Amino acid sequence: MSTIVVNKEYRDRQKRKDTAISIFIGIFALAWVFPLVWTLYSSLRPYIDLQANGVFSVPETLNLENYFNAIRRMNLPLYFTNTAIITIPAVFLTLFLGSLMAFVVSRYSFKTNVALLLFFTAGNLLPGQLIFIPLFKMYIAIGDAVGNRRVLYDSHWGIILIHVAFQMGFATFVLSSYMKTIPKEISESAMIDGASVFTHYFNIILPLLRPALASLTVLMTTWIYNDFFWALVLTSSDNKRPITSGLGRLTGEFVTDYNLLAAGAMIAALPTLIVFFLLRKQFVSGLTLGSTKG
Amino acid sequence: MKSTATNSDTSKVSRRRAFSPKDRLTLGVFIGVPTALHVILVWIPAISTIALSFTFWTGIHLDDIRWAGFANYHNIFFSTPVFWDALKNNVVWLAWFGLIATPLGVLLAYQIDRQIRGHAFFQTAYYIPVVLSLAVTGIIWNFMLRPDGFINGILGKDITNPISFFGDDRWNLYVILTMASWRHIGYIMLLYLAGLKAVDPALREAAALDGATEWETFKKIILPTMRPVNIIVLVITMIESLRAFDIVYIIYGTSGAQVPILGTLVFQNISGEGQSMKGAAYATLLFILSIGPIIAYLRQTFKEDVK
Repeated sequence: MSTIVVNKEYRDRQKRKDTAISIFIGIFALAWVFPLVWTLYSSLRPYIDLQANGVFSVPETLNLENYFNAIRRMNLPLYFTNTAIITIPAVFLTLFLGSLMAFVVSRYSFKTNVALLLFFTAGNLLPGQLIFIPLFKMYIAIGDAVGNRRVLYDSHWGIILIHVAFQMGFATFVLSSYMKTIPKEISESAMIDGASVFTHYFNIILPLLRPALASLTVLMTTWIYNDFFWALVLTSSDNKRPITSGLGRLTGEFVTDYNLLAAGAMIAALPTLIVFFLLRKQFVSGLTLGSTKG
Repeated sequence: MKSTATNSDTSKVSRRRAFSPKDRLTLGVFIGVPTALHVILVWIPAISTIALSFTFWTGIHLDDIRWAGFANYHNIFFSTPVFWDALKNNVVWLAWFGLIATPLGVLLAYQIDRQIRGHAFFQTAYYIPVVLSLAVTGIIWNFMLRPDGFINGILGKDITNPISFFGDDRWNLYVILTMASWRHIGYIMLLYLAGLKAVDPALREAAALDGATEWETFKKIILPTMRPVNIIVLVITMIESLRAFDIVYIIYGTSGAQVPILGTLVFQNISGEGQSMKGAAYATLLFILSIGPIIAYLRQTFKEDVK
């Protein structure tokens, strides 16, 4: 009898507490999204309106004028094309090569497997600062050797390759832990049927990897899209830059064009926001596949 | 357990015997291409940087490389006060992330996992900054903090006499840290939330029935059960604090002199002092500081495999 009373009291207290917690976290949540909302709002206000009435006035009109201007004056289509040229092959190659590694490491018992996996994962954790000086020299040397200095340095291929080399560690790690969940019997029956290693990978394992590959695609696309460091240190021509590092430069150039910059930032954020709202399950599962195993 | 081990041992032998030359070639290519790419573009440059940190080099001809011993390090430790400022800033960064941002992310995950009212909205709100690039983050916060930005406006500061959030040495590091936390808290929340899904709800109910308070439940049930995730989250916090670069670069450019951190020092010395390989030495120091967390991460994730 008395335990039930205690329980009820306890529950009531907990309920009140939960409401307080909800309100508290809620206020912070609003503060959290506010900077983004404010940028969105600034991007929709015409420049003249802002000039005349100030930032805190009630807007007379809201329109997409800044967006059209930003696209035109900031050269955004070019930056977006560069981003696509870099991101699509980089994601594809990362996943393809990573899945090859993961396939061998998790389906065949070689003594070097764990060492290789460790080595790849460790490589993925190195700070980029430790790599870029010799990499930069190496790219230039390779370029000079083939007679065209800009074969890798200041070229989309150079950025693609370093992304692939770097992110492959993560992809291998995630895919190999995913592959461990695929029953061994599937591989064994393939072997008994006399399937070659090639068939075993392409016809049997690869199709089963689809969910993990989908998650990784979303995650890798977001990461490579958002990369700032490699594009910055490995390109010198502005017209080769992807949108993220291009935006870094535009920040300086359009510093007084308050709402134009706001529109530019919103446009640059749009692909990642679309991913966020449409594919967030994949994003989260890709992230957690890699980090919360064990 | 034992029988499966023997099983896999025998199948290992039979498999190895079954490899045709074509299969061997396929396996070689499957491992060889990714490994070569990874070694050439990641490990060789990494090791070269460490080697170069002991040299003087203008960076043009390989013949010009001269052995410097510890001269670059000596220079950094004894004649470069900005290094100590940077180190101090990185330590503050680590303390802020470790004592404020990461715990907040964990607590947030815990509350959201309990499905308190509004949890779906909270999750969305805290998670949005995680997908935004730091370039966009920089611009967004610049709108909030610049002289004619929102915060100065709401404080009623005139544009001619604003609070200089990025310029004032007293708080600009904390302004940067707030921006960095905007992203970090959501990231930690996501990681922890995924881990919490795996915690048996029965444990929590039992604690509630015993009359344990929320805080006791969290401390005595959740934290110990989540040990593996805790380690990962801690390691990520450390690595992120050391690697920090983008946000400072976005706000201050390569000069970054106002808020020096190790991640940007590497740059200043690349473009500025071409004679030495001080930049490489900075990068090596950054690496030495990262070794601890990297090993902790590897130990945690490969615990089962190595056994």
